[in-house]
Amino acid sequence: MRYLPLTAQNRKDMLQAIGAASVDELFKDVPKTAFMKGLADLPMHMGEMEIERKLGGYANENHHAGKGPFFLGAGCYYHHIPSTVDYIIQRSEFLTAYTPYQPEIAQGTLQYLYEFQSMIAMLTGQEVANASLYDGATAMAEAALMAMRVTKRSKVVYGSAIHPHYHEVLNSYLNNIGAEHEAHDGNLDDKTACVIVQSPDFFGNVYSYAQWRKKCDEAGALLVVVTNEILSLGLLPAPVEADIVCGEAQSIGVAMSFGGPHLGFFACREKFIRQMPGRLCGETVDADGKRGFVLTLSTREQHIRREKATSNICTNQGLCALAFTVHLSLLGEDGFKTLARLNHERACALADALKAAGFTVENESFFNEFTIRLNGDAKAVVEALTKQGIIAGYPVENKLIIAATEMSSEEDIAAFAAALKGATP
Amino acid sequence: MTGAALKTPANDAAKNEPPMDYNRGLNYDENLLWEKTQTDHPGVDLAAPKNTPLRTGQGARDRIGLPQVSEPDVVRHFVRLSTKNFSIDSGFFPLGSCTMKHNPRLNERVARYPGFALAHPMQPASTVQGTLKVMFELQNWLAELTGLPGVCLTPAAGAHGELAGLMTIARAHALKGRTDKAVILVPDSAHGTNPATAAMCGFKIRVIPTRDTGRVTVEAFKEALGDGADVAGMMVTNPNTCGLFESDIQTISKLLHDAGGYFYCDGANFNALVGKIRPADFGVDVMHINLHKTFSTPHGGGGPGSGPICVSEELRPYVPNPVVLHENGSYRLEENGERSSSCGRIKGFQGQFGMHIRALTYMMSHGADGLRQVSEDAVLNANYVLSQLEQDYNVPLAGPCMHECLLTDKVQKEAGVTTLDIAKALIEHGFHPMTVYFPLVVQGAMLIEPTETESKDTLDRFIRVMKDIAADVRNGDVDKFHTYPQSAPARRLDEVRAAREPKLRWKN
Amino acid sequence: MSTVKYTNDHEWIKVEGDTAWIGITTYARHALGDLVYLELPENGRQLKKGDHFAVVESVKAASEIYTPVSGEIVAINDNLTDNLDDLKEDIDKGWIIKVKMSNAAEAEGLMDKTSYEKFTESLS
Repeated sequence: MRYLPLTAQNRKDMLQAIGAASVDELFKDVPKTAFMKGLADLPMHMGEMEIERKLGGYANENHHAGKGPFFLGAGCYYHHIPSTVDYIIQRSEFLTAYTPYQPEIAQGTLQYLYEFQSMIAMLTGQEVANASLYDGATAMAEAALMAMRVTKRSKVVYGSAIHPHYHEVLNSYLNNIGAEHEAHDGNLDDKTACVIVQSPDFFGNVYSYAQWRKKCDEAGALLVVVTNEILSLGLLPAPVEADIVCGEAQSIGVAMSFGGPHLGFFACREKFIRQMPGRLCGETVDADGKRGFVLTLSTREQHIRREKATSNICTNQGLCALAFTVHLSLLGEDGFKTLARLNHERACALADALKAAGFTVENESFFNEFTIRLNGDAKAVVEALTKQGIIAGYPVENKLIIAATEMSSEEDIAAFAAALKGATP
Repeated sequence: MTGAALKTPANDAAKNEPPMDYNRGLNYDENLLWEKTQTDHPGVDLAAPKNTPLRTGQGARDRIGLPQVSEPDVVRHFVRLSTKNFSIDSGFFPLGSCTMKHNPRLNERVARYPGFALAHPMQPASTVQGTLKVMFELQNWLAELTGLPGVCLTPAAGAHGELAGLMTIARAHALKGRTDKAVILVPDSAHGTNPATAAMCGFKIRVIPTRDTGRVTVEAFKEALGDGADVAGMMVTNPNTCGLFESDIQTISKLLHDAGGYFYCDGANFNALVGKIRPADFGVDVMHINLHKTFSTPHGGGGPGSGPICVSEELRPYVPNPVVLHENGSYRLEENGERSSSCGRIKGFQGQFGMHIRALTYMMSHGADGLRQVSEDAVLNANYVLSQLEQDYNVPLAGPCMHECLLTDKVQKEAGVTTLDIAKALIEHGFHPMTVYFPLVVQGAMLIEPTETESKDTLDRFIRVMKDIAADVRNGDVDKFHTYPQSAPARRLDEVRAAREPKLRWKN
Repeated sequence: MSTVKYTNDHEWIKVEGDTAWIGITTYARHALGDLVYLELPENGRQLKKGDHFAVVESVKAASEIYTPVSGEIVAINDNLTDNLDDLKEDIDKGWIIKVKMSNAAEAEGLMDKTSYEKFTESLS
């Protein structure tokens, strides 16, 4: 009961002030049969110590990434998060603030959102970016819906091996409105709203976009570029050919946390801003002429446009956007690029070690993740390696998708290569 | 006036100098990161790359344009920015429909246990039994509290939960062969997300008018339902956005069910019911729960949230995948395609786990006994505020209210002081404003939700200020209201300018 | 001879022969507050009476503008995009679209100035 400040005397006094005999009198509009008989069938309240003991025990049942060699990526990456990031995002004024609808007392949130938008626009080589979406998968689905609004067309085509979760989310969102979607067969037609290219793709292959740009221009379709490893933009050229660039930014500042909260980002050309989903923060001035920031272009959004809104999204991933902004501020231009290169070099070292152990790397190009072929079921191999405290990668039939980051030490790489060799026929 | 008489030193553009910060006491004028002193090295020490040949098949990235600031300057930048924010930790935040309650720090500590924070969502189930157990137990807690046995934790926020819920309903109708179920009934007082979600789900919307009554009446519902042949379901917030319990809800849900429709309850206002009233018992088939409202996970300046849905046994086969299963003593996530009746996946991985663990921590802290006290105190606090302010402000709909109370500016507006002015005056007096101009069906609405975590003393201070505002207006002392806030980190912002010439990013 | 007529939705329409100029009334303009954006239709679009053909936005609201007559859009006033203050009952500057009417009789049932003024008085 430690979170409840009212005393028994308070409750009595307040009821008297209201003129009610009991609290239940205040619930008089609720049908009698809707009240629970007694308390819910759940444990009674607990103190901090008991809870920490119980949930700490649950946490200890997990084999987490800090416990041993770890090479799993597949859209969620194990990166180091500087201590400053967690300190800043735990500041009360950020952690326990609401959406900045009252800008006079939310300039802190608004300014970092503006900085976040600026950073995302720069990283993606796009003109504008929004203040975040739930995650990479939903950001990609929102991009497809936006392309349909912009082009007034109904077909979505994907041009590379897309993360299966992204693909499934896209299916769900498009099926809801009966839109067509299919893998690319070499041709775009006058029904094609957009082509979606994920790079690096699910297997780690890297793409360039000039050919796609040309095809899209010929067909009048938009080019949507998706990445689920935003760090790749520190080494790969900016996707300036794209009309929309979106994806997952968890890698910078956000913990893996078993799949969320992560950080969807969304950037595009300025001429499309009125079709964008999600919140936008813009610069303006206050009554004293001082620079300030506000949420703007809200007429796109559900609280004003209702069923005609560009999306139903309301709450986004504000605090994760702050974590990203702090981490990227610490890295800066040089640090971000260095970190990207380190990731690539760790992946190259891992690829070399696995080749030396007799495995075939399937990729011609990669950033920090690639695919090897095994003789037999990769899932069984992954399971076998967990017994040695190694999290091996993501299995797809006889393939294993493996990621390396700055966290992958030379010892981890050597241990993994040896264990993998031992576990495969 | 805040330092208006003092002039900011001019930036010498000719010398290409960055603009100066201009501070007054503890009020910081904080520049953008790009305008700060740029360093020649990162604020993170990294190993030196070996610069081996690239295997990306492409050249290296050229200039991005990111700022380069030292670690101490980064810390100071964000700490200074933080001082410009109002937060629940620093003051009373009576935002109606948002449930700004105390956010316990224990939740933060537990979410950061390495076993949780460093768990990857695609690890083999055998290595993440602890996280799966957390999710499974949260499913059970939510099922017990709502009376709805099927729980899916994947939705990322309330609006995403609405999408999950409507997709579940659409899938159920589709698999039952009810092809003409194309319409969702939505009261005009609904949150904007409700019609927006219905549209995103491919449904047509038919509006139930509540403007005159503040509630969905059986008569208005019947009118909107018609013969019900095309009605897939209805989305109703209960308690509703006027802070009232829908007193005819059992009759209405029965009529809806008889017509083959499902009742989607927007769970934004579950804080009025938790531990005391189970939505299943007033006819709900699907409901999302905002973990960031009822279950105290922090709003974080606009997210992340989390919006699990709870559904009836009948709708259980259709919820999005994956859900967590418990079989033969161990936990696992559903495999893709394992439940072919599912309406599909709506998010990467399995939801905002970091919010799941915070919410479970909170629930365990309160327990069955504490949660019941939560709803009772939340309703008591709202009614106390209402009882103390009904002499000073127009109350458009008679109480008692549930966990939030609705006032309007009808009286004050005659003197030229609007809801917006009252909101800004509250800022001047150190409170966060209530929710303003919502619900849309009530002119000049002020929706006040104190939550159960405020003391009587805090409520009394708020009431005092609200009464003073009303008294000033009565006495004709109104000019000052248009100048508020004066003491906040910023004065009123020019939103027209922001929207007319959108400037959405920094550019050199 | 030309006449200006008014609708319940606060559009004005000036008819000359089979051509109509359509805009929004000054009353509507004041009700909307500071405008920030006007979304215009494409030229050549066929309209049916009651279709919305443009959206006008303030900071906190978006309002659709409806045509009281059917026909083809034959001209768009692009000038308005950058001169939102002209969007009012101004026959020369404030018109949004010009429509070649397919049924001129549709304009006949609309309100004249006196009736419209009475109508707006009844609203406040």
